[in-house]
Amino acid sequence: MSEPVLAPGLHGLMAEFNDATELVRAAKAAHAAGYRQMDAYTAAPVHGLAEALGHDDRRVQKFTFTGGVLGFCAGLGLCYWASVIEYPMNIGGRPLNSWVAFSIPTYELTILFGGLATTFGMLALCGFPQPYHPVFNVEAFRKTASSTGFFLCIEAADPHFDQASTRAFLEGLHPKAINEVNA
Amino acid sequence: MLDHPKEAVPGARYLAPGHSFGSISDKISGIITGRTPFSWFIGFLIGFSILQVLLVAIAYLLFKGTGIWGVNNPVGWGFAIINFVWWIGIGHAGTLISAILMLFRQHWRTSINRAAEAMTVFAVACAAIFPIFHTGRPWLAAYWLMPYPNTMGLWPNFRSPLIWDVFAVSTYATISIVFWYLGLIPDLATMRDRAKSPLAARLYGIFALGWRGSAIHWQRYEMASLLMAGLSTPLVLSVHTVVSFDFAVSVIPGWHATIFPPYFVAGAIYAGFAMVLTLMIPMRAIYGLHDFITERHIDNMAKVTLATGLIVFYGYCMEAFFGWYSANQFEQFMITNRMQGPYAPYYWALIFCNGVVPQLLWSKKVRTSVLPLFAVCMAVNVGMWLERFVIVVTSLHRDFLPSSWGMYYPTIWDWSTFIGTMGLFLTLFYLFIRVLPMISIFEIRTLTPAAHAKGDAHHE
Repeated sequence: MSEPVLAPGLHGLMAEFNDATELVRAAKAAHAAGYRQMDAYTAAPVHGLAEALGHDDRRVQKFTFTGGVLGFCAGLGLCYWASVIEYPMNIGGRPLNSWVAFSIPTYELTILFGGLATTFGMLALCGFPQPYHPVFNVEAFRKTASSTGFFLCIEAADPHFDQASTRAFLEGLHPKAINEVNA
Repeated sequence: MLDHPKEAVPGARYLAPGHSFGSISDKISGIITGRTPFSWFIGFLIGFSILQVLLVAIAYLLFKGTGIWGVNNPVGWGFAIINFVWWIGIGHAGTLISAILMLFRQHWRTSINRAAEAMTVFAVACAAIFPIFHTGRPWLAAYWLMPYPNTMGLWPNFRSPLIWDVFAVSTYATISIVFWYLGLIPDLATMRDRAKSPLAARLYGIFALGWRGSAIHWQRYEMASLLMAGLSTPLVLSVHTVVSFDFAVSVIPGWHATIFPPYFVAGAIYAGFAMVLTLMIPMRAIYGLHDFITERHIDNMAKVTLATGLIVFYGYCMEAFFGWYSANQFEQFMITNRMQGPYAPYYWALIFCNGVVPQLLWSKKVRTSVLPLFAVCMAVNVGMWLERFVIVVTSLHRDFLPSSWGMYYPTIWDWSTFIGTMGLFLTLFYLFIRVLPMISIFEIRTLTPAAHAKGDAHHE
């Protein structure tokens, strides 16, 4: 969800490039120039792009691990509690705590919880669902970002951001076009 | 199938030359935004008509009870489990393509994974019909199957393979749907931006969740996809293993065999690849997808079919061998009865379909010419159904005591439920190719040079 904006402001400046090579080079240059509040947009994953922007997020793995551990505990706990504590029943002389048999529901629930935590954790980290984002105010972005476009957006929230000097910096990277992004 | 060391873009040889981000997006999204081919309406109409047969069969089942089916004593398991295992096995190829081939970095999976995953989801839906409705009163199935605190204080028996099956199949269905949706998100964003009607744009937009292709999101997204593939791989192997436990944990000759789990898993992938080819060959021809689903893809899929087919055939040989080698008169009788008894024609048809016909796939000519390959795949589809029929029926119909011997005759309701699920499958599949990109657009884009930064080491 977007923050309510009182006065129409500037979200940032967006430069458009031809391909991944140019975009990664631009991202590296912007990072070297000290910009940190920025993002790049592509229609396919580009390896090395997030790293060029200085991002290295390893939190998705933690969601998977936590989900898996919770699923394991839930699965084994369910089988044990139901078969040993809540409803103990002698079935063919098998031990009440038949952990070998319980390992299968436990295994399945480990995967179930791990998978759901991975997907929903990833979506939560990205802030989805997100009905509004300022980058969609740029017409070229709306039309091409999900098919052919390669964009780099330096955001106004960055301490180094200055409308004139940031524009001059972006122009030095020889983009196809530069657009102002309204918040 | 490994990466060529000289290839500038990994997997580029699985895409016809000359494609760019734009041409890929146009071609695949154009299938949905463009004119619907007439054959789509014909196919959908056929599928939808057959679906009505399923609805009638289920309505009559709920009205009369499972007595309308052909199951009896001694054959207490009939079409319901045969068809359940057949459908669930078909689903396995989709997960193999989307998860296992992803872990192995097999770039040829990119153009077939979306449709194969859709096939998985729909096949699991068809499979689920049988265990749910064989209970006769599915609205009561909740406390027979699912562990929930009820006023009777009852819990399922967690030592039973049938309960393991409930956990395995419901996890498999959930994870398959979530993984499929995860893969669709970037393509739904493409469809949102390309849809012609505002309503369609809005609907795609809702399901795209606001995806904008941010580099940070892509990084998390790729990690999540890789982890989902890592979780789905042991899952898919466990699902058919657990299905085989439904048989192997019993003490029935012909079922009580340690070879069942690997033999079932191989059979599932074998049946699934045959079904993927059965669907892809006409789809590729109707929509002109030869640039994306190349001869190499078809050849690779045929090779997997052949390899898993050989494992399955080895399983048949081992069943026969252990029938003899066990020195147990019931095991020996079971295998003799299977080969020479009243169901012998089914057994030999199975050996023909799954053991003899797939040997044609040794020839590259057969693997790369679509009509003979399609014929082989149809034989495999039939053969794998016969396999489950033979395993279920011939193991049960001649019980330990000759006084309780019997025969199994499926009724018209058995047949109409089975054929009806094919209608459900076709209906869902036709709707899928009409409203969702049947080939993963963003993954095909990664096969072009534009998606790779030059002068940078690939993180492959």
